[in-house]
Amino acid sequence: MDYAINEMEQEVLNTTREFAQKKIKPIRAEMDAKEAFSYEMWEEYRKSGLFGLWLPEEYGGLGGGITCLAMAFEELSRACAGLALTPGTSALGAIPMFLAATPEQREKWCPDLASGKKLWAFALTEPEAGSDATALKTTAIKDGDFYVVNGTKHFISTGKEADFYTVAVNTNPARGARGISLLVIEKGTPGFSFGKKEEKMGIRSNPTYELIFDNVRVPRENLLGSEGRGLLYLQETLDYSRPGVAAQAVGIAQGALDTTIPFLRTRKQFGQPIITFQALGHKVAELAAKTEAGRALVYTLTHKMDAEFIPAVRNAIANNTVVHEELKKLKGARWTKYSAEAKLFCSNVAMEVADECVTLCGGIAYMRDFPLEKYMRDAKITQIYEGTVHIQKNEILTALIKEYAAKAEEE
Amino acid sequence: MHILVCVKQTPKSDNVKIDPATGCLIRSGSESAINPFDEYALEEAVTLKEQEGGRVSVITMGPPQAQQVLRDSIARGADEVYQLGDRALAGSDTWSTSYALAKGIEKINGLSPVDLIICGKQTNDSDTGHIGPQISAWLNLPNAAFVKKVIRVSKKSIVVERLTEDGSEVLELPFPCVLSVVKEINKPRVRSVKGRLAAKKATIVTWNADDIQADKTMLGIANCPTKVVKSFTPKHENTATIVEGNNGKEKGTKLVALLKENHFI
Repeated sequence: MDYAINEMEQEVLNTTREFAQKKIKPIRAEMDAKEAFSYEMWEEYRKSGLFGLWLPEEYGGLGGGITCLAMAFEELSRACAGLALTPGTSALGAIPMFLAATPEQREKWCPDLASGKKLWAFALTEPEAGSDATALKTTAIKDGDFYVVNGTKHFISTGKEADFYTVAVNTNPARGARGISLLVIEKGTPGFSFGKKEEKMGIRSNPTYELIFDNVRVPRENLLGSEGRGLLYLQETLDYSRPGVAAQAVGIAQGALDTTIPFLRTRKQFGQPIITFQALGHKVAELAAKTEAGRALVYTLTHKMDAEFIPAVRNAIANNTVVHEELKKLKGARWTKYSAEAKLFCSNVAMEVADECVTLCGGIAYMRDFPLEKYMRDAKITQIYEGTVHIQKNEILTALIKEYAAKAEEE
Repeated sequence: MHILVCVKQTPKSDNVKIDPATGCLIRSGSESAINPFDEYALEEAVTLKEQEGGRVSVITMGPPQAQQVLRDSIARGADEVYQLGDRALAGSDTWSTSYALAKGIEKINGLSPVDLIICGKQTNDSDTGHIGPQISAWLNLPNAAFVKKVIRVSKKSIVVERLTEDGSEVLELPFPCVLSVVKEINKPRVRSVKGRLAAKKATIVTWNADDIQADKTMLGIANCPTKVVKSFTPKHENTATIVEGNNGKEKGTKLVALLKENHFI
C-alpha cells in the first residue's frame, strides 16, 4: 500500500530490504543457534549508515526522523528480529540522551552514535523494578563532581557489547519516583561490570546481560537533564521508542507471512495446494489484513510524530537548546496513548501471525531447519519489552479516563 | 589520497546471448548494472578512503546509459564521476578502451594528481582481464593484477598480496600505481541511504575524444587491432545413456562395462 512516504523513507526501505536479503538472511540461523553477537553485522550496519537514520546531518546522520527509524527496524526485523537489535537498541539507548542532552553533550556523543562507532544501550529494568519503574533501587549519590552509583540492572539488551548505557538511577531516594535521574555510564568505568548472560527464548543473537554497579564514579557532566526528572524523560523516550517495537512486530509478522504463503502455495495434500483450502486461505487473509492494519497504524503515528520531532531537532540545533525543550514548545498533545496502542496492537498481531503460521505450515514449521519457528520465538518479546501488553493497556486506559473526565467537565 | 576506479556497465546476467552474425553481445532487453568485479574495486577504494582520508573518483567509458553505473558508484561512496562518451569510441577492443581510459585518467590527473588506480580483475561480459594491466602500460605505471589483499599503505607506497597460479606473492608498489582486484579482497557493502540520495543529484562530467586529446585513429571498431572472427553461444547437448537392468547388481555390472568401453576407467 502507498503510505505517502517521502523519497528518503523510500530509500530507507530500499536499503534495508537489500541489506536484509544480502547480509542478514545468510547468517541469521547460525547466529540464533550460537546465541552470538555478530561483530561483522555491526560493521556492515555501520558501513551502510544504518545507525544515523534518525539523527541530524550535523552529527553525520541522515536527517530522517522516527519514521525512518521505524521503517528500518521493521524491514531488518522482517529478516531477523535479533540481528535488527544492534541498531535498534542503540537508538533506544540514545533517545533519552538525545532528548535531554545539552548541546555540548550532543556534540560529544552524537557523531560516534550516528556513525555506529559506539553502541548505546538502555538500562531501566532491575530485579525488583520492571513494570513499576518507580521501584528502582540503583542509587547515585553525589560526591563532589561525581555521582557514586550502586545497584544492579538486569535483562539489558546489547549488554556487554554497548559502549554507553543510559541508566535510570535514584539520585534522591528520599523523594522516591521524584528522585529518579538518568546517567550515561561508559563501559570500562571502574566498578562497572557485567554479570549473568541470559539464555533466551528468542532474539538470541542479541546478548542480554546483567549490569553491576559497585561504587562506580560517574562524572556529573554525564547527568541527562536535571536531577529528579528521569521519569519524565523515560516516558518521553518510550513514547518515541514504542512505535519502533510496534514496527519490529509488523516486520516479524510480515516475515512469517513471507515464509508461510509460498509454502502453502506449493505444498499439496489431497491433490491440491493447501492454500486453496478455504479454512487455511481465509486464515492467511485475516493475518495479512491485521499485519497491514498494524503497519498503517505505525506509519500514521510516526509521520505525525515526525511533523514535530524533525522541526524540534532543527530548532534545538539552530538555537543551541535541548531537544526536549523545543518539543515542549511545539507539542500539542502527548503521544503516550497512541504509542501504547500501536505497540499493544502490533505485538499481539506479531504473536498471533507467527503462531498461526506455524500451525498452517504444520510439522515442517516446528523444525528449526524451516525459518518459521524462530519468528514465533522472536515475536514473544515484542509483547514484553518496553512495557508489557498489560502496561500498554494501563497507559491507554489512563489516557482514556483523563480524556473523558475532561470532556465531562466541559459539559 | 586520490583513488581512481575504472568501472564498466555490463549485462546483469552472465547468460547474455551473442548475435551469431555480428559476433556482438545482444545487449537489448537485458538489464545492465555495474560489472560485479568492479564492485570489489570500488569497495576497496572507499575502504582505503575511510582509513587514509582522501577521495574516490570513478571513470567509465560508454554510451549515455552508462551514466547509471556512475550514479551507482556515487551511491557506493565515490565522490566524483567521469564518463567518456563519444561515437568514435564505439566497438573499441581492450587496446583502444584502455588507451581512451588512460587518456581520461591523464586528464583527471591534471585536475588532481591520482595516487592509485583500481580496476576489477575482469568484466563479466568479455572476461579478458586486460584493462588494468593495459592502463598501467599506457601510463607507464607499476601494476599488480589479481590482488586479493591490501596489507598496508604508507605515504609513498602500497603493499599487496596477489594471487598467482600456484599460490600468492606480496608486492610493494610505489604510488602512483594500478591494481586489479579479485573478489576475495572484500565484501561490498549495501549502498547507504545517504549514498542513494546523493546518486540522484550527482553531477556527471562527460568528455568526448577531443576533450581527452585522444588520437582518433586509435579508437573504435574500425581502428582497433582485435578482429572478432567468430563468437557464438556454445550449444549444450545433453546426451545420456540410461543403464537398464533388473536389479542393482546387474545395472552396476553394465555401468562398469560401459565406462571401461569408453576408457573412463
